[in-house]
Amino acid sequence: MASRTVRRAWAALLLGLLLAAGKPGAAMPPEDPLLNKPAPAFVRDDLSGRHVDLAAYRGKVVLLNFWASWCAPCQLEMPRFAAWQHQYGAAGLRVVGVSMDEEAAGTRRVCRKLGVDYPVVMGDAELGTLYGGVFGLPVTYLIGRDGQVRARFQGESDLKAMEARIRELLDGR
Amino acid sequence: MERRRFMRVVGMAGLGAAALASEARRGLGQFSAAAGSESALSIPESAQVQPEALAGLIQAGGAAKPVIFQVGSKIFFGEGHIAGSVFAGPGSQAAGLQLLKSIVATTKKDAAIVLYCGCCPWTRCPNMGPAYKQLHDLGFTHVKALYLASNFGDDWVAKGYPVEHGK
Repeated sequence: MASRTVRRAWAALLLGLLLAAGKPGAAMPPEDPLLNKPAPAFVRDDLSGRHVDLAAYRGKVVLLNFWASWCAPCQLEMPRFAAWQHQYGAAGLRVVGVSMDEEAAGTRRVCRKLGVDYPVVMGDAELGTLYGGVFGLPVTYLIGRDGQVRARFQGESDLKAMEARIRELLDGR
Repeated sequence: MERRRFMRVVGMAGLGAAALASEARRGLGQFSAAAGSESALSIPESAQVQPEALAGLIQAGGAAKPVIFQVGSKIFFGEGHIAGSVFAGPGSQAAGLQLLKSIVATTKKDAAIVLYCGCCPWTRCPNMGPAYKQLHDLGFTHVKALYLASNFGDDWVAKGYPVEHGK
């Protein structure tokens, strides 16, 4: 009798947790094969025509964010990234955006609207494939001072967790 | 007495978790509505097809295989797309809907069609809702929307379902 009650109690808890998990985004994304590997290098010009060479950021912590102008959750994150660039820039953070828009016009418009002042380069299928296939947005990689990919955030990310990880990387942890 | 208290605590924890989830989903819905576009949430569940089911149809081949249109990003299509699918333009853009309309111009109204995107989590996808509505308004009667909860990478590619690369 007692064990049946306990079983029912656990079933109630499990049901609640399942409901909490919900349908969208319930599953943990599969681990990225790039984790703890050197970040794939690329060189592109940003929207202002400045050269962006990922390898040149060695010694800095890089937040590499793939986004697009049609991606609503991307635009929730970007003002925070701009604020972090200012807050943690002196400590060694560099934010780099990769727009997966086909045209730069929409990218420029959104950057202006959101006050994005960090470098943004135009991405394409080649760059997406270099990063293992960017098939959904947003996706953000954190790259350590040693140039290795240390974290990947896909979809609607927990920005507090991301910021905590950035601080750890800036502290060399 | 102890048992009753245990049940109450566990039950409350479960209900609390469910309430939190419901709140989170409501938040997402508000954002989608604020975005001002036809959300994927407007597509009825009866018109959705799960990835496993579609993969099965593709692998089985034959007459049961539907016509599949990608209604999202052309860049993502170039990176990888469902084997045999056709790029039909992003549903959130007028040019995309025009392309979709021209592509289906010679398709029978009762043809089995599957639309997919997977650019963003389902609740935030700007492309699926308008594309589905367009085909519905054009009189297509057997249109299904592929339900990709997180994105095309996690819910299709990572599961080993059939993918082709290139344009």
